[in-house]
Parts: sequence; C-alpha cells; structure tokens
Amino acid sequence: MATLEIHDLHVQVETDNGPKPILKGVDLTIRSGQTHAIMGPNGSGKSTLAYTLAGHPKYTVTGGTVTLDGQDILAMTADERARAGLFLAMQYPVEVPGVSVANFLRTAKTAVDGQAPKIRTWTKQVNEVLGRFDLDPTFGQRSVNEGFSGGEKKRHEIAQLELLNPKVAILDETDSGLDIDALRVVSEGVNRYIEQGDRAVLLITHYTRILRYIKPDVVHVFVDGHMVTQGGPELADELEAEGYDKYLKAARADV
Amino acid sequence: MTQLSVDTATTATSPAGFPTPSAVVPSHLHSTPSWDVADFPVPQGREEIWRFTPLKRLRGLLQAGPTGQRLTRETSLPAGVTASEVSTEEAKGLGGRPPMDRLAVMAVANAGGALHVDVPAEAELDEPVILKLTGGGADQVVHDHVVVTVGHHAKATVVLEHFGSATYDAYVSVVVGEGAQVNLVELQLWDDDAVHTGQTSVQVGRDASVTAVTATFGGDLVRLTQTTDYASVGGELHQYGVYFADAGQHLEHRLLVDHATPKSVSRVDYRGALQGKGAHTVWIGDVLIRKAAEGIDTYESDRNLVLTDGCRADAVPNLEIETGEIAGAGHAATTGRFDDEQLFYLQSRGIAEDEARKLVVFGFFTEIIHKIGVPEIEQRLIEAVTEELSVTVGAPANA
Repeated sequence: MATLEIHDLHVQVETDNGPKPILKGVDLTIRSGQTHAIMGPNGSGKSTLAYTLAGHPKYTVTGGTVTLDGQDILAMTADERARAGLFLAMQYPVEVPGVSVANFLRTAKTAVDGQAPKIRTWTKQVNEVLGRFDLDPTFGQRSVNEGFSGGEKKRHEIAQLELLNPKVAILDETDSGLDIDALRVVSEGVNRYIEQGDRAVLLITHYTRILRYIKPDVVHVFVDGHMVTQGGPELADELEAEGYDKYLKAARADV
Repeated sequence: MTQLSVDTATTATSPAGFPTPSAVVPSHLHSTPSWDVADFPVPQGREEIWRFTPLKRLRGLLQAGPTGQRLTRETSLPAGVTASEVSTEEAKGLGGRPPMDRLAVMAVANAGGALHVDVPAEAELDEPVILKLTGGGADQVVHDHVVVTVGHHAKATVVLEHFGSATYDAYVSVVVGEGAQVNLVELQLWDDDAVHTGQTSVQVGRDASVTAVTATFGGDLVRLTQTTDYASVGGELHQYGVYFADAGQHLEHRLLVDHATPKSVSRVDYRGALQGKGAHTVWIGDVLIRKAAEGIDTYESDRNLVLTDGCRADAVPNLEIETGEIAGAGHAATTGRFDDEQLFYLQSRGIAEDEARKLVVFGFFTEIIHKIGVPEIEQRLIEAVTEELSVTVGAPANA
C-alpha cells in the first residue's frame, strides 16, 4: 500500500519581476486504490503541482512537505522520485531526438526496476502494450516524441504508465488535445492501471470530459494555488454545468 | 536548439577554373592550392585561415623538416587492391587538389614519398580497405603522404583509422574515377596528447558518388582541411562528421567544396559536442559555386551541443556564388546549450542524470550517423561514439 501525502505545500517560480508564489498551501492525501481528480481553471497552479511533485528544477518549494510512504520526496532528484514510484504523464512531452522509443523504454524500465528486463519477454510486452494504444511496432524505432502527433504523444505517455507501472501516477491534462477515439484508448489504459486495485492516481484536468471514462473517487476544486473544496463524482457534474465562476469569485473576494 | 552564434559571409568573386594558377578566386577565405612550400609562408596567427588555431600547440609542425619517422601502418587490402610506395612526384601526378596551407604542403615536402593504394576499375569490394595508423608517442614528428585511387565504376569502402599518439601532419588525396561509388571513413581516435594536422582532398569523378565520414574524438589538437573537387559533371558528395571535444581539446575541421562543374551535388552535415574547460571546436564550411557550376545543388550544416560552461564552438559557413543558375544552395550553423527539458523528461522516468545526459548526446550523434546509410560504417561509428561517451559522459545503457 502506498500513500502520497502533501501538507501545506508552498511553491514559487522565478520570473523577470522576481519570485512569484503559485502554490499557496496545498493539502492532499492519496492512498493506493484511490483516484483523485483535481479540477480547476487555467492558471490556478494545477500543472505547477504536477511538476513540483515530479521534481522539475524550475519550481522552488518554499514551505510544506510531500512524502511517499513516509519518505521525504522533496529531498529527492527527479529520477529518485521516479524510482521511488512516482510517475508524471506530461501535458507536453519533450522531444528527445536520436533516442529511440525502444531504447528509452528499456532504459527507463531498467532504471525503475533496478535491473534490465529479460529481453524476450520485454520486447513482447512492449509490442503488446504499444498495440493496445494503436501504436504499431515501428513506433519503437522512432525518436522519443519527435514528430509525434498530439494523440501519439499522449498514448505514448500512458503506454509508459502501463509498462513502468508506478505506485502513484500523476496525469497532467492527459485529455487535452485528444479526439474522442484517442481519449477512449488513453482512458482504457489508465483504467487497466487503476483496476490493479493497489495503485493511486492524481488526475489533473480542466474539463470533465475525461471523467466520463475514468471514474474518480474524490474530486477536488483547485483555485489560486490551493484546494477550495472537494466532493464525490457529483462535484464534477456541477462544475460541468456551472463552471468555475463561483470559486473564482470567492477567491477574488478573499484577496 | 537556440541559435547562439552564426557567422556568415557571402561574397561574389570573379570567374575561375581550378586548378590553373592563373584562374584563382581572389578570396580571403581560402588560399590558392600549390605544391610549393614557398607559396605558404609561416603564418603569424591572425590570418583568416589561422585565426582559430592555437599555433603554439602545433609543436613546431609549421617549420619542422623531415624526420624519417612513420606511424605503424597495418593495412587490410581486399583481393585486387594494391598498395605501393611511390615517389612524391609520382604521387602528385595521380591527381587531387594540391595543398591549401602550410601544414599540408609541409606534409608533402617532408614525407619523402607516398603510399599509393589503388582500387582497380570495376572492382566491387566486399570488404573495406583499411589503413590503421598508430603513433608511438607525442614526441614523434611524422609527415605522411597517402594517395588512394579508385578506378572507374568500382565500389569501395576505404577506412583511415588513427590511434595512439604522434605529432602528425598528413596530406591524403582520394581520386575517385567515373561512376565509382566510394565510402571514405576517417577516424581520429587518438590518445589525448596527439596532434594531427593536414589535408584530405577528394576528387569526385564524373557521375561518381562519395560518402565521406569523419569522426574526431581524440587528440590535443586536430586541424583537418577537407576539400572536394569535381572532375566533371554529375558527381555527388555526401559528407558527414561527428566530433566531441573534451576539456582542453582543440578540434578544427575546415571544409571546402569547390563546385566548378555543372550538375554536381554536395550535402555536408557535421555535429559536435563540447564539454569541459577550454574545449574548443571550429567548423569552417566554404562552398564555391563557380560560373560553370550550373544546376548544382549544395547544402551544408553544422550543429554544436554545448554541455558545460567554459567551451567554445566556432561555426562559420561561407557561400561564394558566381552563378544563379543552380538548383539550390544553402547552409546552417547552430550552437545550442544542453536542453534541460530533455534531461527532466528522461529523469522523470527514473533515468539518473548522468545516464540521461549520455542518452541525449548519444541521440544527438546517432541522428546524423543513421543518415549515412552504410550499415557497417554506422555500426563502427556508434561503437566509436559509445566508447567516447563511456570515457567522457559515460556509456549509454543500450545502443
């Protein structure tokens, strides 16, 4: 069983006008077997939360704690966090020219497992997983994310989720830019991961569309750098009908 | 990749025809070819063709007389290929652009004869011709002269490999006959204290095709002039280079492609990585498109990846165009810093920073290596890159 615990997290970024606070006291606990959706308007800090958890050097933590099974992950480098069991499916996956998908997947698998996968079973597994995401076997010979369509990038991210099988998955706007078929394929991949029963998911999204395919246990509303409310799946329906206006007005009134 | 520095010069010059001395392009960018040492006075260091080179680190090669020293030479000659010693005069008569600078002319003047390797006409070699040259120590001053002739319609791969250490100055000429297809590979895998200078001149025969591949990883100072001429119409040059400069290394490649005949093609694609204090690379890409060169098509590119502070990459492409009746002419040069987003992406998948760096650099090089299109050469270069990265950035996990 894994527990990701975020307590009073404050994060800032450097800008031309000096440091700018983005996260202003985030509290969240996610346990194995749970799927949490974080919903919020653009600019609320959702992606900052995702990248901070993954260890992107651009974000500076100024307060609070994040632990995974009691271990302080803020003290870890990005690769150490991944080896500890965190995975971030990125909104904008990065191109790595000249590094083939096959080489990348094998290197990543070796890193998170601490040993190289058995070549024969691994190749078979990779091809099966790529196939489930409608990515043909020649996909493995292409350079990572280079020249991929938006849909291919997202399918590749979730294929990695399935192959690396981390304890905790953070999905940052995985639904953005996907047509309905790709959304279904990607959601099925996430659901296979969830159905193992002992994995935790933090699903970050602006829209409720993906929640028709992936059922969250808890929905959080995220505005101006912190959680403003939480509820069950019905909260997503409310947001679909009414939008974020109510919460944005409340946030402004606070200032 | 962000573009940090590009230095471009485009000049029009008067008509000329190579190699008659009277028909010389009056350009400051490159000198007039000549076999005569007197035509190349000892440079002071500020001249255009010398300004990037630390002359003091040439260990006296600009003035050194003959030493009689040789590199250890191991040759692998497929059936039908011959290697023989010829006199300097005979070697000059075999063809190829004469020396372009003091170092190349000193190599010819002091080598005391040349090695002539001949691939007969219409031979189709299954195995490469390999000249493995090994130096016995940095204090050994060696002048060398090699001529490779490939007969018409032959198919051959010729590999020059350099190992060990020496203070080495060589003039190499590769004369490719009509319709021949040649892969020319030059590997500079020297120890850290070697000096390697000189010139490699390729002459492409009518409708012949040459794929030239250079990899420079070793050496304290390497300065190679690489020239291409077309003997007649329709020749093709595909030239690829990779180099990796570590702390203190100076690696300089000076290319000249002289389009003086119609309908020829040149494609030049070089890539370099730099890391460590004082790592310096220089890439000069001169292309001449003379009046007669109608219908030619040329493009050249050099990209540099700077891994740490304290490095310097100079990349200077030059096009001199005397006719507008061409299919295409272009060039590009970029120098970029290591992309931290690539590093983060790989690290977010559990790959440790060192290994992630290796992967990115390996990818940067393999991208160009896979364009070569000759599997054996690609494999050989990937091995060389892997070896280099294992010593410097560390070995990639998997090829």
